[in-house]
Amino acid sequence: MAKAKYQISMKRRVQLILRDMKRSIPLYIMIAPFMILFAVFVVYPVLKAVWYSFTDYNVLEAANFVALGNYRKLFLDDSIFITAIKNTFIIAVIVGPGGYILSYLLAWMINELPHTIGTVLTVIFYAPSMAGSAVITVFAQIFSNDSNGYLNAALRNLGITQEAILWLSDEKYVIVVVILASLWMSMGVGFLSFVAGIKGVDEAQYEAGAIDGIRNRWQELWYVTLPNMKPQLLFGAVMTITSSLSVGSVGDSLVGFPSPNYASHTIVNHLNDYGSIRMEMGYASAIAVILFLIMIIANMLIQKLLRKVGT
Amino acid sequence: MAVIQNLYQKHLQRKKSNDFTPFVKKSQRSFWGNVILFLFLILMGVVFFFPVIYMVSQSLKPMNEMFIFPPRIIVSNPTMDNYRDFVNVLANTVVPVTRSLFNSLFVVVVGSVGHIVIASLCAYPLAKYKFPGSAFCNQLIVYSLMFNATVTMIPNFLTIAGLGMLDTQWAIIIPGFASTLGLYLMKNFMEQIPDSLMEAAQIDGAGYVRIHFTIVMPVVKPALVTAFILVFQAFWTNTGDKFIYTEANKGFAYVVQQLASGRISGVGSSYAGISSASAVIMFAVPLVVFLIMQNNVVSTMATSGMKE
Repeated sequence: MAKAKYQISMKRRVQLILRDMKRSIPLYIMIAPFMILFAVFVVYPVLKAVWYSFTDYNVLEAANFVALGNYRKLFLDDSIFITAIKNTFIIAVIVGPGGYILSYLLAWMINELPHTIGTVLTVIFYAPSMAGSAVITVFAQIFSNDSNGYLNAALRNLGITQEAILWLSDEKYVIVVVILASLWMSMGVGFLSFVAGIKGVDEAQYEAGAIDGIRNRWQELWYVTLPNMKPQLLFGAVMTITSSLSVGSVGDSLVGFPSPNYASHTIVNHLNDYGSIRMEMGYASAIAVILFLIMIIANMLIQKLLRKVGT
Repeated sequence: MAVIQNLYQKHLQRKKSNDFTPFVKKSQRSFWGNVILFLFLILMGVVFFFPVIYMVSQSLKPMNEMFIFPPRIIVSNPTMDNYRDFVNVLANTVVPVTRSLFNSLFVVVVGSVGHIVIASLCAYPLAKYKFPGSAFCNQLIVYSLMFNATVTMIPNFLTIAGLGMLDTQWAIIIPGFASTLGLYLMKNFMEQIPDSLMEAAQIDGAGYVRIHFTIVMPVVKPALVTAFILVFQAFWTNTGDKFIYTEANKGFAYVVQQLASGRISGVGSSYAGISSASAVIMFAVPLVVFLIMQNNVVSTMATSGMKE
């Protein structure tokens, strides 16, 4: 009976919500311009795509409802898709944590240096991501199949290999090349937010930490800097999840599409195959929905992990 | 009080033990630690900057050096010919290049500034206040970052066509406003602002919008700058060929893309030089903006004394 005292009737609850809403009218007005555009140009197309995933939409003809047909085909009849999932996970497991930790460490080290040198280094690390597709040609030169390509020549000069390795055509190495090139380009948005976030940590916190007996910069990193950067760590994690699970275009331009025997075929490659080459939008949408679900699950796991930082 | 006294005692002890550092700002930095960090950063810097160095060196090569294999980083006879050709070809396009430059300028300026204003106005309430629907909006924004754009392209095209924006610059600008990346970045930084700062302003009689522009925006300047760079880059490299058909309405990025792929300057090896020069130029513009903006990001939160 004691419990009933705290229960609020439905009517009262609605009243309370309405009261809160009334109080927040200025806030609603502030978020309105963005949220309206967001609904029209982001939410609506996503919902539409989710709907397409249950149809056989092919852009030209009207869509027919096929229920779970696309999903059934993906998991039961499409062995290439299973390969794509496997490859995507292999790439993401290395590029994701690798790129995340590397970009945090570099951002932190940059902050240890004087301001101007730090700015120059920030630009240097961010440059490959900024130049985008223009730098992929250089990876093609480094990993060239030719025996005089940079990497092959270096390995031969060091006496490690005798014959040229077909980095861009051999099934065994294709995925390694894609992983290396992706890591190279992983100093993206997350890295920038780390750099900005470390600058935002209050100096007084470091002073307090020093007084409380923090002896060296490693302790300072773990006990002061990291806990003060939770929002940026979270942002970086979301960025890393989305980018490492959508590796695809790097492989396209390095090893060609499709990659030799689908050795580096990823979910995004598969999606682009159906979405922009075969124009089977229904099927492509189903792939997008599955990728979306994978990312949501990954995000939940990472958020749980990040709560433990600095404790 | 006891805590403060304790801290002060420790402070005095420290002062006594080392007269040269009366007040230690950060924990001790060892000299060798600095050296190792610096060397490591230089090494990583060389590795990461290699593609860019390659790109620049390629653009300075005369034709007879460009196709040497393996490519050499050091150019023996550096020349500006590629850049001169690039300018010459641009000067002779059917639509004057000034027109496409103006189009790009319009899209980049209106788009970037508009996006920062609209998105930051939305980020502040979502970051600092709880109201019915705020948690839902927050979740929606995070998850929207995870949906692949290939399949949303067609619904988007139909919407833009339906709104009558096809073949105008607005077809690029308005959907660009709704990009969630910058908003999410700004929101994350705003969460760190202490509540007391805004409460104080509220007591002084400032409204939400006023607090936003006079207190929140200056405090999160590093995030604003980062968001600006991202959105600038997105608009600058947007070729818009899905939405804009009239040549006179197209932007600089589109013209350069056509040039680099040999569709304007002719086919074969003759465009290789122009192509590498154009890659450097397209890359240099956001780089310069980045450098200018980034150098202005000093630790605003700490220096302005506005943090708790």
